[in-house]
Amino acid sequence: MPPTETHQPIPPASLRVSLFVTCLADLFRPSVAFASIKLLEQAGCEVSVPLKQTCCGQPAYNTGDFESSIPLARQLIQQFEDADYVVVPSGSCAGMICHHYPKLLQGEWRERALQLAAKTFELTTFLNDIAHIKRGEQPVVKLPSVTYHDSCAGLRELSIKNQPRALLKELCDKEVDELQQTEVCCGFGGTFCTKMPEISGKMVGDKLASAVATKARILTGGDLGCLLNIAGRAKRNGEDIEVRHIAELLCGDIDGPAIGEGQ
Amino acid sequence: MKQTSHAFLENAHEALQDADKAKRRELLATFMPLVRDAAMDNFGHFEDLRQHVKQLRQHSLENLDHYLTKFEQEAVQNGNRVHFAEDGNELNSIVLDICQQHSARHIAKGKSMVTEETGLNDYLKRAGLKVTETDLGEYIIQQAGETPSHIVGPALHKSAAEIRELFLEKHDLGERDLTETVDMVDEARQVLREHFLNAEVGIIGANALVAENGYSMLVTNEGNGDLCANLPNVLIVCTTIDRVLPRPEDAMAMLRLLVRSATGQPHTCYTSFYSGPRRVQDSDGPLETHFVLLDNSRTDILASDYSEMLQCIRCGACLNHCPIYAATGGHAYGWVYPGPMGSILTPLLTSLEQSHALPNACTSCGRCAEVCPADIPLPDLLRDLRHDEAKQKLSPVRWRQGMRLHAWLARHPGLYRAVTNVGIFALHLLGRSKGSFSKLPLASGWTSQRDFPAPQGKTFMQQLAASQREDKARVHKATRSAAKKSASGKPRKKSAGPVNERREPGLRADWPRKPDPRKPAGTVRAPKTGTEATGKTKAHPGGPRGKKPRQRKPDDR
Repeated sequence: MPPTETHQPIPPASLRVSLFVTCLADLFRPSVAFASIKLLEQAGCEVSVPLKQTCCGQPAYNTGDFESSIPLARQLIQQFEDADYVVVPSGSCAGMICHHYPKLLQGEWRERALQLAAKTFELTTFLNDIAHIKRGEQPVVKLPSVTYHDSCAGLRELSIKNQPRALLKELCDKEVDELQQTEVCCGFGGTFCTKMPEISGKMVGDKLASAVATKARILTGGDLGCLLNIAGRAKRNGEDIEVRHIAELLCGDIDGPAIGEGQ
Repeated sequence: MKQTSHAFLENAHEALQDADKAKRRELLATFMPLVRDAAMDNFGHFEDLRQHVKQLRQHSLENLDHYLTKFEQEAVQNGNRVHFAEDGNELNSIVLDICQQHSARHIAKGKSMVTEETGLNDYLKRAGLKVTETDLGEYIIQQAGETPSHIVGPALHKSAAEIRELFLEKHDLGERDLTETVDMVDEARQVLREHFLNAEVGIIGANALVAENGYSMLVTNEGNGDLCANLPNVLIVCTTIDRVLPRPEDAMAMLRLLVRSATGQPHTCYTSFYSGPRRVQDSDGPLETHFVLLDNSRTDILASDYSEMLQCIRCGACLNHCPIYAATGGHAYGWVYPGPMGSILTPLLTSLEQSHALPNACTSCGRCAEVCPADIPLPDLLRDLRHDEAKQKLSPVRWRQGMRLHAWLARHPGLYRAVTNVGIFALHLLGRSKGSFSKLPLASGWTSQRDFPAPQGKTFMQQLAASQREDKARVHKATRSAAKKSASGKPRKKSAGPVNERREPGLRADWPRKPDPRKPAGTVRAPKTGTEATGKTKAHPGGPRGKKPRQRKPDDR
């Protein structure tokens, strides 16, 4: 990551952020979007939510249906290119915009994709490296023990590693109980987990076992896809570990049911 | 070798049933990345050297005709005979011809994935020749009648206990213990020595061909390659045309990354360059030497969108770091090359029809590309193969239709909201008490391994729209009452302000449009230029490892 000093502090008023909610947060876990907005505002940003946003096109793209994902990429570019910053509470969706749109599109659309990519950030990266969120007057968010799953796209496409840990330290005064083999995939892989369920099951089984071995109360991460996968497996195995998105933890929203938990 | 790549899922299922083997793979998948990472950390120049090696490989491939011609000239000058084989059959028959010219009956063979690709052993065996693999791993699986499960460690799937049983059964050496690994290695060494001495022809592979001097380079840890090359009267080096590099120092640069990536060693025990037959002043060495250089689709790959795959130096790091390879093992891939590199090479060297499951055996986790010493964008190539699969309608029709339907729906936000609002709320109502579903129609792939978490409630967009309606009503009411109050002459209180000036979650749907970046800059605000794209690298420095995005050829967009 860039040393944080290289970023000039930007007056908070100028941070106008459009939130790309992501389809998984929109459909399965709206609290992630609400928490993201709360955190962005706490960091001094003005947040907008383009109302016609749907999906970034990643499922079609990764399945090899580039033709279906192109119109979705163009649609998202049109909806978000007027923002100063686009923030996404997901490493893989942010990676899709930052790294895959410019590969997918040609000509003028590629130029527009590159311009959008330049101002698109995953949530924890934005909060930590750009907005420099500080706890300030806010009380420390009290959390039980936490372990963190590094989602692959965020880790390798966007170098998200230190940011969520730094934020947990800053806002919650919490050190992460690290997973063994934290950089190994959880077996989600978008449609992979349903195309090759048995292999995916082995992978998520291993991931869950190492999460349980940390004895942490909560497993968190930055990508809902992975979290739904791990939570579903925890539920299936009857493991008593809560799975929650990092945005929820950072703003202290841990009282409602965790992912896959009953009301 | 009979290809079973089409049955990848069934093969994987079988592999997952064997708990001992699964445990073994798990250990290797933990251990191999550790030794590789430690070696790279000690070395300290991984990224610089990998860019160098990548450029070397690309340069050699772009000028393949030049360097191959140069290699051939030099090799012939050194007294070698150079043969070019269009496909596997041609390589096999060239090798057999050479063996028969010398009335050879016994062949000692070093490890060579290229001859696995052509099925040379079976071919020679059918012609009545006795071929003995002399690399310990290859020897073990040859005795067991198996195929390599890994391109560097062909017998990594076998436990010491299995190897002991195998040796006790295959070697007629009477009563002995063989409990210690070292005893087994000693025994293999004794048995193999006879084969080296009896062989009339030695066959080895090559890690590189050096155009400048016509030498081939081979690295081994056992020295078996050198015995194959030096003891028999005839030496045949079998490799592919893409192995050629311009100069010896280029081969050495590649070697630095190859060995560290493969086994975590700084260098292998033996690194040999083979120049040609024994000269008058030499005390030993083969009397006759041949190079058989195989194409087998490499020229086609070079001309295709997959040319980057030819940069591969066969280190096996992508296998060692792939979580799917770790789960299934190499045999599940059903042909010669497993793991990420195999999932690309197999469709390219055989056919996509019979191997299109392989490019799907990938979560795009990117760990392979991260460690690849030739900087091949493996996940991108795998995705491109899935694109070919979709275009050729090889993937299941329900998948293709499902994806298209989802994408179509997502292009119509109004309809998308209507459908998701209803569907998600229904799922929420059905699943809210338990929190997840253990079975769900149309999601059997998911629910076969894990529960399906139920949605939290109404969708975020639905909740946002509702809160905006409420806000509007509140603002409307406030404005009306303020108007009333001002009409009644009382001082006006602070108004709630227009909707999009207030800073409440999601109240604002959009920022004012900026000038169209495609039009010339106006005075309002300069359009953002390409420099922003350069700025992106700054914002995501570790991003795609600071490289330009792989731009697809303008075919269908």
